[in-house]
Amino acid sequence: MPTSKRPSFDYLKAIGAIVWKDLASEMRSRELLSAMLVFALLVILIFNFAIELQPTLRTTITPGVLWVTFAFAGTLGLNRSMAIEKDRGCLDGLLLAPVDRSAIYFGKALGNLAFMLIIAMIVLPIYSLLYNINILIPGLLLVVLLGSIGYVAVGTLLSSMAVQTRTREVLLPVLLFPVIVPVLLAAVKASSGFLQNLPMNEIWPWLNILIAYDVIFTAVAFIVFDYVIEE
Amino acid sequence: MKSQPKLLTLLTVLSVILFIGALAMVFLYAPLEAVMNYVQKIFYFHIANAWVGMLGFIVAATAGVIYLVKKDLKWDIVEMAAVEISLVFFFIAIITGSIWAKPSWGTFWTWDARLTTAAILEMIYLAYLLLRKGIEDPERRARFSAVYTLIGAISVPVSFLSIRIWQTIHPAVIGGGTSGAQGSFGMTPAMLMTMFFCLATFSVIFVALLWYRIRLGRLAEQVDQLKYQFMQ
Repeated sequence: MPTSKRPSFDYLKAIGAIVWKDLASEMRSRELLSAMLVFALLVILIFNFAIELQPTLRTTITPGVLWVTFAFAGTLGLNRSMAIEKDRGCLDGLLLAPVDRSAIYFGKALGNLAFMLIIAMIVLPIYSLLYNINILIPGLLLVVLLGSIGYVAVGTLLSSMAVQTRTREVLLPVLLFPVIVPVLLAAVKASSGFLQNLPMNEIWPWLNILIAYDVIFTAVAFIVFDYVIEE
Repeated sequence: MKSQPKLLTLLTVLSVILFIGALAMVFLYAPLEAVMNYVQKIFYFHIANAWVGMLGFIVAATAGVIYLVKKDLKWDIVEMAAVEISLVFFFIAIITGSIWAKPSWGTFWTWDARLTTAAILEMIYLAYLLLRKGIEDPERRARFSAVYTLIGAISVPVSFLSIRIWQTIHPAVIGGGTSGAQGSFGMTPAMLMTMFFCLATFSVIFVALLWYRIRLGRLAEQVDQLKYQFMQ
């Protein structure tokens, strides 16, 4: 890579290769997506018993239920996607590749983002169907995208740390949840704003927080990822 | 390990004297608050504990960044020492705050921006300690904990900001209006003096404790090295 004439192009190609690798292996095994999906549906099912999702309360409770579901299913996916790399020694292979380390981070993060969005795209219509409430509105989809970016930006970094510790899978939610409070809070509030048709000036502060969080933490993760996988 | 430095002994003695002085100022010098009476006295130590908690937080984040740049394990010890002290002092601040809140707000806890952020900060510290426990290699442990401190240091202000926006759009139900306004009081000069004296006292205690903890960390490091030599 250092000798390349078009480093930025090679960088993008390296990211693309990692994303493609993750998606291709997932399309063949489907172990990650199926686990995430079944788990997400179970969480929604349990919420149905735990808090009676009465028609009158649905617009106010739905965003909370959705984001708890995404956050829980997300940790499952993040853990699995890093455990695969670690267990079969793929991470060492990736580190040996002559690409910038941050390309590995962006590749993994984009892969994880794709998984999150695929799950969301399946869960949202099913939720709409089950609870007879239309949540497939453009505003909410935007919030799902922004929220997932923030979640995955920090999640990918922390999962690559958690996978290298003794406690492994157990550690990720403990590390991740306290630092993604702004994402979850802003995403829930923005989602409920869109569902209740609030005026945009009440929703913008939340979207701004999501955008700011996404930008800040993608940048920070980009800078510190080197320290996390340096061996 | 060298014997305890004279300055540290001096700091320890000074901490004790200042602490007794702070207690005397709180109970003898500061006037009684008109509405809350003796309940308000806890405020002086509450704010001093919260201050030390924040101080530790800033020291930890700074030490973490310095470690990542310099890769010197002594900064890792500073960072861990600051986190441990901050964890304890913030916990005391939360407890004293709750004791004050019960008579003033009628509840031990509300989901106010400050309270919630304090709780999140404690969670980050606990996660930090769990992370350290899970890694044996000291160099990797130092790297990971420095990264996590950095992530925490950036996310906590964003959390505070977002919870604050949430509170302005939806005011707290318990306590009515913004909970910060409930139970506030004007301070007389004597009260201000007492407050600043407590802040100074706890800052000295913080420095002394930090120093002790760093020394302990270095000793632990030496024990590890001796163990390693013995094993070979």
